[in-house]
Amino acid sequence: MNIHEYQAKELYRQYGVPTGKGFPAFTVAEAVEAARKLPGPVWVVKSQIHAGGRGKGKFEEASAGSGGGVRLAKSVEEVEAFAGQMLGNTLVTVQTGQEGRKVQRLYIEDGSAIARELYLSALVDRATSRVSFIVSTEGGMDIEQVAHDTPEKILTFSIDPASGYFPYHGRKVAFALGLTGDQVGQCVKLVGDLYRMFVEKDMALLEINPLVVTKDGKLLALDGKMNFDSNALFRQKDIVAMRDLAEEDPSEVEASKYDLSYVKLDGQIGCLVNGAGLAMATMDIIKLHGMEPANFLDVGGSASKEKVTAAFKIILNDPSVKGILVNIFGGIMRCDIIAEGVVAAARELGVTVPLVVRLEGTNVELGKKIMAESGLQILSADNLADAAKKITDAVRAAG
Amino acid sequence: MAILVDKSTKVICQGITGSQGTFHTKAAKAYGTQIVGGVTPGRGGSKHPDPELSDVPIFDTVKQAREATGATATSIYVPPPYAADAILEAIDAEFPLIICITEGIPVMDMIKVKRALTGSWSRLIGPNCPGVLTPNQCKIGIMPGNIFKKGNVGIVSRSGTLTYEAVKQTSDAGLGQSTAVGIGGDPVKGTDFIDVLDMFLSDAETEAIIMIGEIGGSSEEDACEFIRREAAKGRSKPMAGFIAGSTAPPGRRMGHAGAIISGGKGKAEDKFEAMRAAGIAVADSPASLGTTLLAAAKA
Repeated sequence: MNIHEYQAKELYRQYGVPTGKGFPAFTVAEAVEAARKLPGPVWVVKSQIHAGGRGKGKFEEASAGSGGGVRLAKSVEEVEAFAGQMLGNTLVTVQTGQEGRKVQRLYIEDGSAIARELYLSALVDRATSRVSFIVSTEGGMDIEQVAHDTPEKILTFSIDPASGYFPYHGRKVAFALGLTGDQVGQCVKLVGDLYRMFVEKDMALLEINPLVVTKDGKLLALDGKMNFDSNALFRQKDIVAMRDLAEEDPSEVEASKYDLSYVKLDGQIGCLVNGAGLAMATMDIIKLHGMEPANFLDVGGSASKEKVTAAFKIILNDPSVKGILVNIFGGIMRCDIIAEGVVAAARELGVTVPLVVRLEGTNVELGKKIMAESGLQILSADNLADAAKKITDAVRAAG
Repeated sequence: MAILVDKSTKVICQGITGSQGTFHTKAAKAYGTQIVGGVTPGRGGSKHPDPELSDVPIFDTVKQAREATGATATSIYVPPPYAADAILEAIDAEFPLIICITEGIPVMDMIKVKRALTGSWSRLIGPNCPGVLTPNQCKIGIMPGNIFKKGNVGIVSRSGTLTYEAVKQTSDAGLGQSTAVGIGGDPVKGTDFIDVLDMFLSDAETEAIIMIGEIGGSSEEDACEFIRREAAKGRSKPMAGFIAGSTAPPGRRMGHAGAIISGGKGKAEDKFEAMRAAGIAVADSPASLGTTLLAAAKA
């Protein structure tokens, strides 16, 4: 789960991590009010969307003016003008895809006099099975590019969960970043606070790009990209409260209500599968047969009839779906439950596109019987290859 | 021989009175697995409400269960918020083999578990995995026993249902399996490909190996490097491999917590390439795992 920059900065404040002063704004009037509460003489008006590259992004609408998603205002009047241009318009960045994202929230921040821009991120590192930090003197840049071109400018290290954070970790960061004097102490506290926040809030990723040194020698976390472990949301109620459903695909939001793992894709074959690996493999085999999957959908190992029905509805409601492939290899999942769910949803909504079902595993005969006796047009497949061939052939024939 | 589990393996179940624990422990028992005990804190000494499990003693703690039964393996079906606690208790009780089926454990919990495994007596398989099965001998976890056939192919996989796909295909091809191991789809897990592959290479009964990976991380690449080095030392067996997720978009988690392409790393094509470089026969389709292995074994 992702959150907005302004929400990330609220978390910084909770943990004593120094960041710029600022307020969120949902309307132009709130933006003006926020700007008046800040000293000036410069204000930064920042679009709040769950995607990076905002500064270099472009708005689709001419009414949004020529500026990007992050703009520097020299007066409250300018803040007002920018807010009016940005709110409600569509920002396209390298990370949003062509359709862009509608800007519905802004963050109005006090401008900082920046001396240096640095980079710091933390993540769950699979290779070490620990929380690792990545820091670099090259702030404001694409860190993957820096890692590729100048790996010597990057320091990575992990923290032993048994001993936890110690000041030497922070000193290691400070000296790698070329900090001096009391900035070293600031850095030791900063990295320690960030680690504590990362662990306590069950983060999966934290990226501060840039982390800045101001002209008066203060370290400030000027940006905040945070991603949280969705497995841990049950114990992170305050993080869940920050979820912005407008930033998520509506069908994915619907799927999440039923605890279904669903990702919308661009193709034409809808897939309903049990198991993440088999769901990916089903997408792959559709592609091998010359078509593209419309979605990833894993109904999980213990789906009820209601869950399967909901999953089937989500697929049917996608207008780009020209055919549906149900692929179930029941281990814990019973084939008769899948069959009942599919039949119930197909009856309720009416299926006008070809439907191929491949069932294997527990109660497979019963499942096949339920479908055969339903009176619905369901093509049965014997195995994975047969299923992929049948659905792609049927969609081509339906043309 | 087989690996990890066989007919002499004595197994307990943590969370035996829960619905998942009850269901799968019954299935394991029916398969012939030696189920010698169960743990549900606060219900020690009581009888399991399910008649099929009423002869299985229930204990309050994992240590009591181990001492009273001499079990060497434990299967864990405890819900995600309590699963790390259950694994740590099993490590503390010095269980040699801990198999955790639970899906959805917070990764921060698994980081602590992984650290606790270091220097311990325990090997953890999983979490978020289908378990381990040696045909006609021992089934721990949720794999459907009916698709297995005793044979000589070792199967190791990050995905549950794709494991079943490989099992079915090798059964249909007349090969059968020595042991199938699901290592699980989480980013931080107890056992990775290399350890299982090493066991298969050493196992006299395993004559060929299927390895199934998926997008995310670099453990397939690391495993392929291991296979390449072992082969250079003359230690090799015919292998077939598949990676799920060629069509997955970057930056999106595909069901499994670990299945995500991030920062241009963890792509299927890189993993396929690593397999080819290690001399592993690559199945171009998930439907041709069995036939690809047959061809590799004949070559």
